Amino acid sequence: MMEITEKYIKKIETPVALRTQDLAVYYGDKKAFAEGTIEFPQHQITALIGPSGCGKSTFLRSLNRMNDGIARVEGQILYHGLDINNDQINIYELRKHIGMVFQHPNPFYKSIRENITYALKYHGVKNQSVLDQKVEESLQAVALWDEVKDSLDKNGKQLSGGQQQRLCIARAIAMEPDILLLDEPTSGLDPVSTRKVEDTLQELKQKYTIIIVTHNMQQASRSSDYTAFFNLGQIVEFDETSQIFTAPHVQMTEDYVSGNFG
Amino acid sequence: MNPKKTSRIAKHVIYGSVGLLVILLLFLIGYILITGLPGMSWHFLTSVSQSFEAGGGIRDQIFNSVYILILTTLISFPIALGVGIYLAEYAKDNWFTSLLRTIIELLSSLPSIVVGLFGYLLFVIKFQIGFSIISGAITLTFFNLPLLTRSIEDAFRAVPLDQRQAGVALGISKWKTIMGIVFPCALPKILTGVILSAGRIFGEAAALIFTAGQSNSVINYANWNPFSPTSPLNIFRPAETLAVHIWKVNTESILPDAHQVSSGSAAVLIIVILIFNFGARWLGNVVYRKLTATDKER
Amino acid sequence: MDDIKQKLLSKSKQTTEDWRGKILCYACLSLIIVLIVSILYFIVNRGTATFTQDHLSLTQFLTGKQWNPGHHQVGALPMIVTSFLVTILAAILATPFAIGVAIFMTEYAPRKETKALRAVIELLVGIPSVVYGYIGLMVVVPLVRKLIGGTGFGILAGTLVLFVMILPTVISLTADSLKAIPVSYRQAALALGATKWQSIYKIVLRAALPGILTAIIFGMTRAFGEALAVQMVIGNAVLMPKGLGTPTATLTSQLTSQMGNTVLGTVSNNALWSLALVLLLMSLVFNLLIRVITRKGAIK
Repeated sequence: MMEITEKYIKKIETPVALRTQDLAVYYGDKKAFAEGTIEFPQHQITALIGPSGCGKSTFLRSLNRMNDGIARVEGQILYHGLDINNDQINIYELRKHIGMVFQHPNPFYKSIRENITYALKYHGVKNQSVLDQKVEESLQAVALWDEVKDSLDKNGKQLSGGQQQRLCIARAIAMEPDILLLDEPTSGLDPVSTRKVEDTLQELKQKYTIIIVTHNMQQASRSSDYTAFFNLGQIVEFDETSQIFTAPHVQMTEDYVSGNFG
Repeated sequence: MNPKKTSRIAKHVIYGSVGLLVILLLFLIGYILITGLPGMSWHFLTSVSQSFEAGGGIRDQIFNSVYILILTTLISFPIALGVGIYLAEYAKDNWFTSLLRTIIELLSSLPSIVVGLFGYLLFVIKFQIGFSIISGAITLTFFNLPLLTRSIEDAFRAVPLDQRQAGVALGISKWKTIMGIVFPCALPKILTGVILSAGRIFGEAAALIFTAGQSNSVINYANWNPFSPTSPLNIFRPAETLAVHIWKVNTESILPDAHQVSSGSAAVLIIVILIFNFGARWLGNVVYRKLTATDKER
Repeated sequence: MDDIKQKLLSKSKQTTEDWRGKILCYACLSLIIVLIVSILYFIVNRGTATFTQDHLSLTQFLTGKQWNPGHHQVGALPMIVTSFLVTILAAILATPFAIGVAIFMTEYAPRKETKALRAVIELLVGIPSVVYGYIGLMVVVPLVRKLIGGTGFGILAGTLVLFVMILPTVISLTADSLKAIPVSYRQAALALGATKWQSIYKIVLRAALPGILTAIIFGMTRAFGEALAVQMVIGNAVLMPKGLGTPTATLTSQLTSQMGNTVLGTVSNNALWSLALVLLLMSLVFNLLIRVITRKGAIK
């Protein structure tokens, strides 16, 4: 049985987009995640890595309150100086600011155009030219525009897996969020599509803070700026990605990134 | 007997029973169509039924059946939708949900004659509405609700969970996600369920004989004012449906051509129900294909 | 920055929307609950009037053979016996047949044929009961008359009509329960050298037994409650059945043919409501049986 004896959490000096303080998640009586205190740097990509069941997805889903009604979340999530893990918070407004992309591509069973515009219209954008512009901008941002611009009325489910996932990212950024959460977004995709999604993320970090859960250590090492290593429901180490993969402070991290367990 | 031989015999018996089943269906449908179609004429479909002499038609019965079917569907659909959505999307695994499921199962296992008698007691006698289209339509709603609820619940459950997550993650309320994103996906299956239940409503008689009644008033098809007693749309007039007509003609009537009238009515009934049955499949498939766009790049 | 803060603390229209949706759902739920409660209340209330208002004895109702409510004789035994007889006989006829077809669908038939059979069964379910009754009157009754003499109306005709009516229900539920048995069970039996029939008979059918029982009881529920088709072929004379071919009456047939001829509140009418109460109670019993079997099956 492994035990976490040491931890190393780096303090961030650049601007911070989101910070958690002693975040803990319970399913019923079972503690799924404990004592998470971490800062996410603005306009950077942070990768969350760790073996399956380590609590990284649970942690991620807590950040935009997607665990509401599923799990009990304790501790603080600080965003713009507000603790957003709080009943007073308008979670629908929050989710406009902190968007999410899921493990399996889940475009709506609607046209490509409507996939982008549906939520915008719901949130009150009525002007057709604004909507059209949004469709183009967000599809451009994920490099999907050239592939689909002539077939915007095609059903989103007709696209290939990689295109579907990029459509889902486009749908999320059309809301102009601050932070984008991605939960293993490439786990079901082939290497070429995976590469395209990664390239997209590199482009997006100019405007958004990105937090990505990944199973794939190559992905973490080549596309993220910071990496947090999760194990046994805790954050073991958080540092710049280059540091984590070359000279981690904690032995357990070293074992994991060098493939000795997991 | 050796096992190999037993196995072979069993196989023959099983194939035989399947053959019998198919023959049974062919016989039933064939009998109805062969005895019913020759007597079928425009006159039969468009003239008023007779009580004592030959040559009557089934015009009003057809209209009544369709009208009651439409009313019943209009009343039961929203209620079944509400309950179906609750069971598929909101219900937690607790005593209340299991009580609710028990109630719905119980309602679906009640004999339709009992439901009909309840409708009779409530609408015809207590509320003094009398034998009427509306008494019949509401009573049929009771009988229709459990099955329609189940097919709507199943349709919602068949929509992948990730559609709901996608909606909620975009800041859309749960209710709007259900109605705007999940509901359209569930629609083909819901439509199939509605049409199949329509077939059941169209053929039901036991729940109607004491609610919608077993006779017709004089109807004037030029009068479309629903409040006029002679209007076909008046919901307070007594109305004998096609299915009730078949029963009535065969049990209590002294019509000289009773046999012909009932075989003709039965043929119409069966044809309509066959159309519903195939229509449900066809429409379900078409809408499904349109929605999921499975016919990639025509 | 403060702008975002304010937005995050604003009241959301979504919460109101969710509330409205939930209230709509609960309104529909309460309709169904009110409905079932009033059905139970009204039928029980009317059905017990025979005993509470007219002071007739329950034992006489359940064991008496004389049905003449106008003269305060309400022996419902002939109808109760006939109802059970036609139900049980129909189930006995339908069960082996249904199991055979279900085995074909799950064990022998290629997918395409199973699909075609499903369509056949759905069509059979869709045929209205008056049509079954009509064919019973035109075909079955004369056939029975030819076979065993008499009028042809009676238990045999009723049984045959009900047998055909419950067949599709029993087949499709039985097929569902056979399909639920894991393929590995069959493979294990075959690997041990069993013939196909041995694996079906000794393994699959045994494992699916609770499901098959449930299917039969579902069929019986339908047979017991069926009114018009039976009423058209049973003969409608309230007499203890003396044989398979003598006219008699079931609970449902008596209700169907007499309810319109009595006046609410009279003894004759109250007695009919008591028959309806028996029907209601029996469907509760069938429901309960299904529950017990499903629960037991699940524990195994």
